[in-house]
Amino acid sequence: MLAYVFRRLVQSALILLGVSFITFLLLYVLPADPVRQIAGRSATPETVENIRRQLGLDQPFIVQYGRYLAGLFHGDMGRSYLQKTEVAALIMARLPATLLLMLGAIVAELAIGLSLGVLAAVRRGGALDQSLMIASFVAVSAPQFVVGLLLLYVFAVKLGWFPIGGYGHLSNLVLPAMTLGIMGSGWYSRMMRSSMIDVLRSDYIRTARAKGLGRARVLALHAMPNAILPIIAMIGIDIGIFMSGIVVVESVFGWPGIGQLAWQAIQRVDIPIIMGVTLVSACAIVLGNLLADLVTPFIDPRIKLR
Amino acid sequence: MSATAELRSGAMTAPDAPPRPALSVEGLTISVRAEGRERALVRDLSFTLAPGETIAIAGESGSGKSLTSLAIMGLLPPPALRVSAGAIRLDGEDLTRLPEGRMRAIRGNRIAMIFQEPMTSLNPVLSIGRQLSEAIRAHAPVSRTEARRRALEALKAVRISEPERRLDQFPHELSGGMRQRVMIAMALALRPDVLIADEPTTALDVTVQREVLDLLRDLQREMGTAIILITHDMGVVAEMAERVIVMKQGQVVETGPVAQIFAAPQQPYTRDLLAAVPRMGDGSGAPAPAAETAPVARLRDLCVRFDIRGGLLSRVTHRVHAVEGVSFDIRAGETFSLVGESGCGKSTIAKALTGLVPHQGSIEVAGHRLGGLSPREMKALRRDVQIVFQDPMAALDPRMRVGDLVGEPLLIHGIGTPETRRARVATLFERVGLARDQLDRYPHEFSGGQRQRICIARAFALQPKLIIADESVSALDVSVQARVLDLLAALKREFGIAYLFISHDMAVVENISDRVAVMFMGQMVEMGTRAQIFGNPQHPYTRRLMAAVPVPDPGFERPPLPRLAGEVPSPVYPLGKAPRRQILRDIGGGHLVVGAAAEGR
Repeated sequence: MLAYVFRRLVQSALILLGVSFITFLLLYVLPADPVRQIAGRSATPETVENIRRQLGLDQPFIVQYGRYLAGLFHGDMGRSYLQKTEVAALIMARLPATLLLMLGAIVAELAIGLSLGVLAAVRRGGALDQSLMIASFVAVSAPQFVVGLLLLYVFAVKLGWFPIGGYGHLSNLVLPAMTLGIMGSGWYSRMMRSSMIDVLRSDYIRTARAKGLGRARVLALHAMPNAILPIIAMIGIDIGIFMSGIVVVESVFGWPGIGQLAWQAIQRVDIPIIMGVTLVSACAIVLGNLLADLVTPFIDPRIKLR
Repeated sequence: MSATAELRSGAMTAPDAPPRPALSVEGLTISVRAEGRERALVRDLSFTLAPGETIAIAGESGSGKSLTSLAIMGLLPPPALRVSAGAIRLDGEDLTRLPEGRMRAIRGNRIAMIFQEPMTSLNPVLSIGRQLSEAIRAHAPVSRTEARRRALEALKAVRISEPERRLDQFPHELSGGMRQRVMIAMALALRPDVLIADEPTTALDVTVQREVLDLLRDLQREMGTAIILITHDMGVVAEMAERVIVMKQGQVVETGPVAQIFAAPQQPYTRDLLAAVPRMGDGSGAPAPAAETAPVARLRDLCVRFDIRGGLLSRVTHRVHAVEGVSFDIRAGETFSLVGESGCGKSTIAKALTGLVPHQGSIEVAGHRLGGLSPREMKALRRDVQIVFQDPMAALDPRMRVGDLVGEPLLIHGIGTPETRRARVATLFERVGLARDQLDRYPHEFSGGQRQRICIARAFALQPKLIIADESVSALDVSVQARVLDLLAALKREFGIAYLFISHDMAVVENISDRVAVMFMGQMVEMGTRAQIFGNPQHPYTRRLMAAVPVPDPGFERPPLPRLAGEVPSPVYPLGKAPRRQILRDIGGGHLVVGAAAEGR
């Protein structure tokens, strides 16, 4: 187990190195010039060149990348071009909000997706099953900004159950987390349904019923743990999908997370922040997948991590 | 033995009154609803089961025997299947009319069931102890510790090795035989009146089957449980049951005491069924063909090992010695059989012969040495060796027409034009006993036996020199099995082809083989002609295999054998260690045996 974690962490470091290189390269070849953004329109060519030299942006690509990497190894993610603040501090200030949002979204999508999936599987072929599957299809296909605005309109503006925006209270979390998680809940209800249907057909479910166990116990104790197994690995991948979602959701709800930070940085070509956010996201994805893989053996005794 | 003679002291009634039945089934009819119509799958089945009695329901696939057992348990999958007429009475109460809640109190408590597939019948994510005590606590109001104590007691009763350790193990850590013991422990923990055993030993190796059958009989004697034994194996019927119900396509064909059914079957179907059962004899019969034909395949010192990796750098730490130092020849026109139990390496040899697993040692097929061949040479070699697998459904692409499936080998090897290929396929089809006009149908439109014929036609399409039949008849009903074996024998005579016949079924092997090799743990322990192996078995393992085969003769007295509870040893060795090589000695006439000439090791 420890050896496995160690090996996975080494792999993760290599993945992060690859991500940093590709992102840095893409930003380097980007036609937008960060120096122009900093200097402003009225700046003289000399000022522009000065700033360029100061930031080291006149150096060849490999030198720039090498300097960035060297900084990273010392825990230095650089400074924002425009705000002059340390990138690490900027991200750390906003990371908790984003993590909270993601956690909320995972809870929402699992609670909704898994329970509806089980319900559909048990009522397989019936009207409830069919309407649930149509609903899940809508949930998967609906764009997040539409879902977000719709939820805001209905639950915040019309019904007034939840606040329109803001941060700090649990009620603030509900609508953004739902918006971020609704697509996943559609996926999970479909996966859980087909996984449950497979499991309910299996021999050990027949054995459990032959013992004289009640229906609820058979479902909860014998069917669900087996049906969830193939789904756990997906939760790790979700974090990657969320990363693209938070930019939209945080903008719609004014959520003070790194999605907003990234959005502003992209508009201003603030390369250190873009790099920082990308690396932190990549870290989250890698760790999320590792965590999902580490949880599996606790549910499935057949899996040994080696 | 009649049912009344089985009356136990526990079920005292008036001396001359018939014993109160443990269960009675009256006019049971099970129907399926499909496309708006109801069709009966089991029609008007009636029987009574006395306490402590064993009644066998025998029949081939589609006879409705498993549906009957599910109906008794109240586990028919709704809404398609239901009991449409008749009654199942336990203590005078009709189970078919009980609400689910009351049926649940009977299931697992008064009537328990064990199933065919021990590998999949236990929940993989729950420990053995948890699954056992759950069965107990479902009906008995006891504490967790008490349930665990009783679970341990139940495990001890089924004579499983190290019962304490098993409680905390999970199903995947147990062998098939051990899992079936756990299933039996679970079923009998609450001392039910009736135990339904649905093909309880079909998926098990023959020596394990022996142990499980012995165990069931011992426990029945101890607890007085009545058993309904569902099986297709007439040998198991003869050894276990007092009465037998023969079913065919949902209807009772014949019913009576076992001795009577076997000695004087009244119905033609029963007679055919009994005639088709392969029986083991002493290996007499037509002698093997002249020994001096050229070998089609030569295996010398064949080893196949699989690496198991572990540790920080996933280095090889252990090796599975699947095949270890096996040598034999397959001569043209002979049937050479490999027998042994699961994990003995017989199928791995087949894979090595077709180049599907890397091997050490030398394999020559039709004069070419395997290994180091170019892809083109490999392809040519594959023309000479074809395989017929165990499961014909899995071996045929469900989306291809059977004519295309049979013709595909010709296409792959670029033989003939579309017209000549089509003609060849049609000829092959007729040769294996199928009609020419079935060529454009899909695999699911054929029965199991017909599908296996299609697989055989496909194997013969390239006119290979060697056909590997890997458990090719094991999944078929006995009557179908007999006909497929006849077909294989006829094709061999016609084409002068050689077979490598791989099977766990000693009776089938005796019926078809010219020469036989017995394998154990990746090594050969005995090899010789059919007459040598079956007439004069030398190695203790060979003898044990043969003694374990159920005999389809109710009069047969089985010599008492020690009850076994041991585990099959493992062919996994740490790196640097290897199994001890067994040396085969010729004890005369090419009969090779491991160890000393007469006594064995």
